[in-house]
Amino acid sequence: MTTVARQKSRRTGEKPPGTRAERRAERRAERSAGGRVKGRAPGEARNIGWLYILPALLVYGAFLLWPLVRGVQFSFYDWDGLGSATWAGFSNYTTTWTDPALRGSFGHLLVLVVFYSILPCCIAFVLVAAMSRTKIRGMTFFRTVLFLPQVIAMVAVAVAWQWVYSADGPVNTVLGRLHDAGLPDWRHGWLGDFTFALPAVGLVGTWVEIGLAFVLFMAGVQRIPRELYEAARIDGAGPVREFFAVTLPGLRRELAVALTLTTTMSLRNFDLIYMATGGGPGNATKVPAYEVYNRTFNTGEVGLGCAIGITMAVLLFAATAAIGRLVEGKGA
Amino acid sequence: MPTRLTRGAVATAAALAMTLAAACAPGTSNDKPANKAPSAVSTDVAKAGDVTLTVWDQEVQGGQRQQIETLNKRFMAKYPNVKINRVSRSFNDLQKTLRLALSGSNPPDVVEANQGYANMAQYVKAGMLLPLDSYDQVYGWKKRYPKGLMDLNSVTPDGKLIGSGNLYGVSLNGEIVGMYYNKEKLAKLGVQPPRTWAEFDQALATAKSKGEVPIAFNNLEKLPAMQLYGILQDGLADKESVRKLVFGSGGSWTDGPNVQAAQKLADWSRQGYLTKDPNSRKWDDTPADFAKGEGVFMFGGTWWAPDLADRMKDKVGFVLPPAAQAGQPVSTLGGESLPWSITAKSKHSDVAAAYINFITSPEAMDVSVETGNLPVLAAPTKQPSLPLMKDVSAAWAELSKNDGTTPYNDYTTPTFTDAFGGPLQELVAGKKSAQDVMKAAQDDAAAFQKKK
Repeated sequence: MTTVARQKSRRTGEKPPGTRAERRAERRAERSAGGRVKGRAPGEARNIGWLYILPALLVYGAFLLWPLVRGVQFSFYDWDGLGSATWAGFSNYTTTWTDPALRGSFGHLLVLVVFYSILPCCIAFVLVAAMSRTKIRGMTFFRTVLFLPQVIAMVAVAVAWQWVYSADGPVNTVLGRLHDAGLPDWRHGWLGDFTFALPAVGLVGTWVEIGLAFVLFMAGVQRIPRELYEAARIDGAGPVREFFAVTLPGLRRELAVALTLTTTMSLRNFDLIYMATGGGPGNATKVPAYEVYNRTFNTGEVGLGCAIGITMAVLLFAATAAIGRLVEGKGA
Repeated sequence: MPTRLTRGAVATAAALAMTLAAACAPGTSNDKPANKAPSAVSTDVAKAGDVTLTVWDQEVQGGQRQQIETLNKRFMAKYPNVKINRVSRSFNDLQKTLRLALSGSNPPDVVEANQGYANMAQYVKAGMLLPLDSYDQVYGWKKRYPKGLMDLNSVTPDGKLIGSGNLYGVSLNGEIVGMYYNKEKLAKLGVQPPRTWAEFDQALATAKSKGEVPIAFNNLEKLPAMQLYGILQDGLADKESVRKLVFGSGGSWTDGPNVQAAQKLADWSRQGYLTKDPNSRKWDDTPADFAKGEGVFMFGGTWWAPDLADRMKDKVGFVLPPAAQAGQPVSTLGGESLPWSITAKSKHSDVAAAYINFITSPEAMDVSVETGNLPVLAAPTKQPSLPLMKDVSAAWAELSKNDGTTPYNDYTTPTFTDAFGGPLQELVAGKKSAQDVMKAAQDDAAAFQKKK
């Protein structure tokens, strides 16, 4: 503000324009009197700004940037977390991709992204499409119930679902009844089954993330002008056509946010795996986030654990950028 | 503006490079703490002045907790100048936090550091534990304990070989993995507690045919299958070869008897002798299920005994695993509870040593019995009162007499629980052959030996 005002006064001032040397002298005088204000374009950041953000920057640096830097550094060493480390070059990164258990964990991650991110968004879309067409009584109630899993600590979720999937849990009880009624016996030890453990864990993720996607989409739908829906209906669009022509384009930004958040969740998915399966049976539900912990604290391969973590961070950046580009059409 | 940005970036990069150079390689230097001369050891705790001894243990379960609380109280009563700051965590939690605590600049004075290459050997290699040999010369622990038990807590200073080198810890309780049986169910089936593997197989078949779960077996954590495998292996392989195998001084996991043991486990699973879907059930729930009547037999550690004695009263018995032939000596997994060690950076190592001496004294063995535990050495005056604890005590005495303990197989490598326990889960699920499982184990062991 001051800068702009002063410049303005100089330009429109009564002082006649002097020679070049005069102007230089004048600028020098002003600089010595009023600090370095003069040489800056309007709106340009002043150094004092750093002072304002210093407290936050210190915290951010100490708890985020510094650990990140150290993490990158550790990832180039062979270190058991106790003794001295030896330089390992890129070997931890090559191990991340060549070790069958670790490569497998990234494969499991892909499966979980479907369960954590794509499936919840699809289901939330169906719910929103249905709810946006009709007026539903007790909307707040449904929204709360659907959002509830987001509020519960993941550890509690894991314990609850462990019981749901347990040998004598509700799922097997229902399947047992069905078996009594003449259907084949579909009972399994879900979380200990090599085939079903991963989808079982994935479904828990779906259950948790639906609420988030749903609430985001619901908020977005209310922003879409009613006229668009009316126009679509007048043009004779059915519910499906209406969804693809009006709702989906209108929810692009919410979709991007939902996909980013849920993908992040699936990448950081540690607590659920740790509590529910411990990566087992065998390596069937190992995910990179679990392996970061496992390699660092259980097997004493700190360098490898860090390399997995850095790889995950890079993947996450790439995924977030890709989602932004694809869904929001940024930079396209 | 571009110049200022570039200047900032260069400065940041330079600062970063400098700090990285200053930080250098992660980790501490590998200075090994030296053995003190025995003459320099002070055993007079009362003269040590006011001392706070920080002790990290994993004795959180009923009887074990009582035992340590009693001993700590008595030690503090004996030496009022010493205050014990006790930090107790469950076994799993302690394993994970201990690494961080030990590598810090102010570690606890006394810690329970588990045996094996994954724990004690790594700590020793990093110079974080104090060798106790000079204290041993003063207090005479090696005279108190049989050699086999002292060897379990000994490691070479480079951390490469367990069973020789310096002494790094002393244990308080004994433990064996043996066989629990439900007396009521056996009586109903008309079966005597089996003494040989042949009798045992027959009992399993009878139990199965009468609709009972023959063996209670939960295997979510992978370790239970490793212990069950260890018992079968002890039944088929010679104890000396098992010891060599685990400590990495000879033999291969793909040797004949070792593969046969895995095959036997696969057969049991196929014949339905184990709990259904064991890989989905928690280890800790096994004794609870067994007490409820699920399972005629259960293989498990003596650490479950106090709890089971409480739940099942006189309906449960405990014996060593069956023998190859009637009357032959048996070997099984076991040894001693987690050893109590002194950290290299402890400022009160003399007091810490006196504490360890106190909690492993004959008086402490009496306390162990009184609190329902299995003392590693025979208690001088006390006898267990509960019938199950009498069984356990007799089994321990018999095993000690025959020198029959073999080390837990997860000592083999730091990654063995995943590398061997994972494939064993596949074996139990019928997805992998015994040969493939044992090859996976051998690959991991060989890779570790090469790296060591």
